[in-house]
Amino acid sequence: MLELLNNLVFGLGVAITPMNLMLCLIGALVGTLIGVLPGIGPVATIAMLLPITYGLPPVGALIMLAGIYYGAMYGGSTTAILVNIPGESASVVTTLDGFAMAQQGRAGPALAIAAIGSFFAGCVATVVIAAAAAPLTSIALLFGPAEYFSLMVLGLIFAVVLAKGSVLKAISMILFGLVLSMIGSDLETGAGRMNFNIPELADGIGFVVIAMGVFGFAEVLRNLEQSHNRDIVNAKITGLMPTRADLIQAAPAIGRGTVLGSVLGILPGGGSIIAAFAAYTLEKKLAKDPSRFGRGAIEGVAAPETANNAASQTSFIPLLTLGIPPNAVMALMVGAMTIHGIVPGPQVMTKQPDLFWGMIASMWIGNLMLVIINLPLVGVWVRLLRVPYRHLYPMILIFCCIGVYSVNNAPADVYMTAAFALVGYWLVKHDFEPAPMLLGFVLGPLMEENLRRAMLIGRGDATVFLTRPISGTLLTIAAILLLLSVLPTLRKKRDEVFVE
Amino acid sequence: MRIMSRLVGLLAGAALLAHAVPVAAQAEYPARPITLIVPFAAGGPTDIVARIVADHMSKTLGQQLVIENVVGAGGTTASTRAMRATNDGYTIIMGHMGTHAASVALYPKLAYHPSKDFETIGLAAGTPILIVARKDFPAKDLKDFVSYVKANADKMNMAHAGVGSVSFTTCLLLNSLMGVKPTAIPFQGTGPALNALVGGQVDYMCDQIVNLVPQIKAGNIKAYAIGTPERNPALPDVPTSKEAGLPAFHAVAWNALFAPKGTPKPVLDKLTAALDKALDDEATRKRLFDLGSDIPGKDRRGQEALSKLVTSEIDKWSPIIKASGITQ
Repeated sequence: MLELLNNLVFGLGVAITPMNLMLCLIGALVGTLIGVLPGIGPVATIAMLLPITYGLPPVGALIMLAGIYYGAMYGGSTTAILVNIPGESASVVTTLDGFAMAQQGRAGPALAIAAIGSFFAGCVATVVIAAAAAPLTSIALLFGPAEYFSLMVLGLIFAVVLAKGSVLKAISMILFGLVLSMIGSDLETGAGRMNFNIPELADGIGFVVIAMGVFGFAEVLRNLEQSHNRDIVNAKITGLMPTRADLIQAAPAIGRGTVLGSVLGILPGGGSIIAAFAAYTLEKKLAKDPSRFGRGAIEGVAAPETANNAASQTSFIPLLTLGIPPNAVMALMVGAMTIHGIVPGPQVMTKQPDLFWGMIASMWIGNLMLVIINLPLVGVWVRLLRVPYRHLYPMILIFCCIGVYSVNNAPADVYMTAAFALVGYWLVKHDFEPAPMLLGFVLGPLMEENLRRAMLIGRGDATVFLTRPISGTLLTIAAILLLLSVLPTLRKKRDEVFVE
Repeated sequence: MRIMSRLVGLLAGAALLAHAVPVAAQAEYPARPITLIVPFAAGGPTDIVARIVADHMSKTLGQQLVIENVVGAGGTTASTRAMRATNDGYTIIMGHMGTHAASVALYPKLAYHPSKDFETIGLAAGTPILIVARKDFPAKDLKDFVSYVKANADKMNMAHAGVGSVSFTTCLLLNSLMGVKPTAIPFQGTGPALNALVGGQVDYMCDQIVNLVPQIKAGNIKAYAIGTPERNPALPDVPTSKEAGLPAFHAVAWNALFAPKGTPKPVLDKLTAALDKALDDEATRKRLFDLGSDIPGKDRRGQEALSKLVTSEIDKWSPIIKASGITQ
């Protein structure tokens, strides 16, 4: 304990030089500003800003990059709340209640609670990393293909619970998402699948393309038909900050979200997105009146935002302790480290303690900066909603296009986004919800890959999913959840959960 | 973007006409920043080599080399784009073993031919390939490894980073040398594959040295051999494949600069000279060596050496890939 404290103080000493504080602030600010552009999530933001860190000393560069990362993550949530466009996969859930709150004129409290929840989660997750990075890593290594597959099954069952309308429609949307995710190349043989020999489809469809299309563009289309219904502009904006009642309502959700996020974040791959969905599902299940969810429940914003921030922070654990990047953002971080002559790996902690502990301390400072930057910015963002639609919509479309293009520098992605706008519009018109589809789309490849890996390693023996303890447990939980929603005796109760 | 560059082109053309100095631009190359296309994501081994080399080349040329990461289809999307770019020297590409050699056999419908559709600038730096296994793999050296894999071929799980990746093609080479066909477990990229190896879920893989050094030093995985003629300073204890008894396993993921076909010779020469200077620069060399890179000696540099390398690499990989039956 004392050692932990010493290490943290040492880290703070590294991070709190005026230079590093400044870099952290710039990183968080720039990350927020760029992350707020729809379509430009953390990966694109870091990729774009990576070169500006080359001239800095390594510790400073990493502190700045970490700031950019948190800033961009938070920026992604801002667009989810304000204009119903998730900046990255983990903020898909935030659109559900965040945008509903914005439509009721409560964008301010939604943004503020997201910042406050994220800060709380950041503080806790920093301590988790400092105290338990090494043991947590060994848990992550226990997760083999079979375990990941079972985790994804559990994740998809969460997605059913997310739906606020018909269960059948939710399931069909998940399946639609799974099918979309299969477009591209076969993992094992490299053969093209459902890509009609179109080279642009060889690697499948990007998340940003679908998210911008069905959320961003479709939202614009839908609003164009309602020339008189301009609820965001006309709704009276009731206060920028959450009220006491809001805080009391959100506090337990923030606590639970932090725990879920911290635990799931260490798992490479879909950790942060599953954390966000799981936290939302948990709140909806625990709520006295689940029907408020999807219509602007503040817990529906607080829980996933907290969970995804906790997860995005603990996702540094495999990188810091093992040197293996668990996701695309972390892979960029590895690139940044290697360019600065640091080879990330198990030795970083002992060989470069200033870097290791400085970075951990800077995570906490970065989260603090985010609150400092974002609470005053809430007013600015909310005012943005007062921009007349005839100006706002072309702007959203243009920024979406820039965002979509910037991910792969591919014009074809922009055309595909336009096509998905029509799909999204049709779906919304027929009461299909896009969120379960996106979850299916994001988790689909992970599920398929791990299923096939587990079957390959098990030489076709499907019982591995049940005989491996962690995998078996996860599948049991999934089965229980499914059973709960199928059992006829519980039907009435379930209907209350699912149907408005 | 395309429209933008066309507009810029039109404007530039108009400006030239107005001043009536149509030939002056050529002599002053480079007059504006040069786009260097990297066919893989930022932060990967090819991207890092490109950025380190481009950093020094920018100083020599007096113009910034702007890196544009274009990912997709094993780097062939980027290479197709580079092939179609205007051949004025303002768009070049950092090709590698996959995009400019293995791709010929992997993608029968490839839109370009590595040696016919590109001008060579020069070999940049390569990343040696290592044969590694999980830390409790029961073999003390490469000979043991080979006999163990042969004896237990049906139980072996070999990891790779995706069909067409460097780790995939080099493992095909290794397997064909050993005469085995183990179960290949595909992963999306090197990170997850390495994770599974450290976790002991798979038995062995081949991968680029950059990713592996820290794991080998920490004892998380075992290294049996390196696919270069000399040992690597980053891992002095790891024998070369020749020393370890498998000399035919010669594998380096080379990276090299290419320009679209028809790029003027004087322009190419300027780029070649700038690359050469970068590879001689002490600071640049140190950065590359720290990564475990293989920096080409004078005899392997330049346009002609690269042309020969491309031809020989296509000849080397094509039969191995065709024999495996995998094409995209």
